[in-house]
Amino acid sequence: MISANLSAIFYLISGILFILALRGLSSPDTSRQGNYFGIVGMIIAIVVTFLSVGNFSTSLVFVIIFLLVGGAIGAFIAFKIPMTAMPELVAGFHSLVGLAAVFVAIAAFLNPEAFNLGSVGSIKLASLIEMSIGAAVGAITFSGSIIAFLKLRGIMSGSPITFSGQHFLNLALGIAIFVLIFYLCKTQSENIFWTAIAISFLVGVLLIIPIGGADMPVVISMLNSYSGWAAAGIGFTLENSALIITGALVGSSGAILSYIMCKAMNRSFFSVILGGFGADTSSDSKKERKDQKPVKNGNAEDAAFLMKNASSVIIVPGYGMAVAQAQHALREMVDKLKKNDIKVTYAIHPVAGRMPGHMNVLLAEANVPYDEVFELEDINNDFANSDVAFVIGANDVTNPVAKTDPKSPIFGMPVLDVEKCKSVLFVKRSLSPGYAGIDNELFYKDNTLMLFADAKKMTEDIVKNLD
Amino acid sequence: MEIDPFIFRLSIFILSIFIGYYVVWSVTPSLHTPLMSVTNAISSVIIVGAIIASLADSSENVFNISSSFGFIAIILAAINIFGGFLVTQRMLQMYKKKKGKK
Repeated sequence: MISANLSAIFYLISGILFILALRGLSSPDTSRQGNYFGIVGMIIAIVVTFLSVGNFSTSLVFVIIFLLVGGAIGAFIAFKIPMTAMPELVAGFHSLVGLAAVFVAIAAFLNPEAFNLGSVGSIKLASLIEMSIGAAVGAITFSGSIIAFLKLRGIMSGSPITFSGQHFLNLALGIAIFVLIFYLCKTQSENIFWTAIAISFLVGVLLIIPIGGADMPVVISMLNSYSGWAAAGIGFTLENSALIITGALVGSSGAILSYIMCKAMNRSFFSVILGGFGADTSSDSKKERKDQKPVKNGNAEDAAFLMKNASSVIIVPGYGMAVAQAQHALREMVDKLKKNDIKVTYAIHPVAGRMPGHMNVLLAEANVPYDEVFELEDINNDFANSDVAFVIGANDVTNPVAKTDPKSPIFGMPVLDVEKCKSVLFVKRSLSPGYAGIDNELFYKDNTLMLFADAKKMTEDIVKNLD
Repeated sequence: MEIDPFIFRLSIFILSIFIGYYVVWSVTPSLHTPLMSVTNAISSVIIVGAIIASLADSSENVFNISSSFGFIAIILAAINIFGGFLVTQRMLQMYKKKKGKK
């Protein structure tokens, strides 16, 4: 058993270690060390909690058993999960943090003595507010992440689900939660507490269903942020600095990521959250496309020929590469090109894929050195000096209409200037428009060659033709 | 007049938001996915609350309503802690420089 002051100092230390864990991610070289800091911080927090509670009865045995059961499940998932499934894994993990926050808040509400928060029926006012906010945010995080998980996993359609009065309903439910928390503080009623949590679960679902698949980078970041605020709310209840620091870190981290993602799409955070994007614009463009100019259709042989005679190639991967799991084949193709002394680099748009950094992880998995992979602003000027742009599974992020047509829904979105390359290769399954529901005029340009096929199969065929 | 301890916690909270702001902006975009998985793992420090809830009552009554919620929360948080740190580690192992390979 250690004193409250001593344990507070240890909690502070673990909070600092968590800061260092994030700090390590400023470069791949220091990132692994950062992760170890995080692990040490977590071990300190858990051991100090054991010592400060000082209950070494049978309960502790069960705590350790449950800890190891959960740990084994977590470790199993971590080793088994394919890298292409990272977005849904992260969404799934967010839901667990949210639910854990809800359960801790419930436990504290039912047994406030254990946490020094007063007694049942007369919980300290501040604690009651903190735990109910923690529980509400946790519940929203949980159900919202479950919906995000289902959408990313493909169990639920990625297209937005909207109905009239949706935003009004959300607003009303949001206000209802605040009113309930207010009455909870006045009456300490258990029923009001349960109702507030139930409504929060509902709000989480309603918030995420109208948001479409390609907006998922924002959604995941936002849920990341929520899970942090939920943890911070519980941290205030428990008067625990490790939890408060971590909650604040995670909360601001998620918020910054959402901001970066919104900016990369030139959309306001509100327009993403309100959802419905890409649902109703498709009908117009479909009509238009019937009388469109023809496209130049190529095969693997043409593509291989073009690239073999190039001196520099820029690869633009997108979500289609992830779906087709084409990253390994792509790496093979690049190796062949490099053997012919062709300079190859990768250009990554911030919202390519379904979560921040999604493409980078997949390329890293395929053993692509990270110093060949560039962000949009670092490589965009190179397209003009390059021979071939190889666009694999990306669409909207290359559409020049974002720069030229103020009426386009994606106008103002920063895009990769692939059209400035001498020739452009598009690996795509069909001519269908991308997520934004608009046609890509690049398809019909003279220097564009369309390669209609599955990304992985096409890349493999090109590899064969490069010999 | 004494300052409410809540104000101290609020100070820690707000200063941490600022630290988070500056630290996260310095994270390289290529590591944004590991950033999400590691923030996931560390936010599971909420397990501290779950442990306190589970250990609240001494020996004779291990599973009451409150501690049961604590025990379930322990499993959930533990999945996240182990899963989060290990999958982050797995991802970070893959980030290599040109010279590092072969």
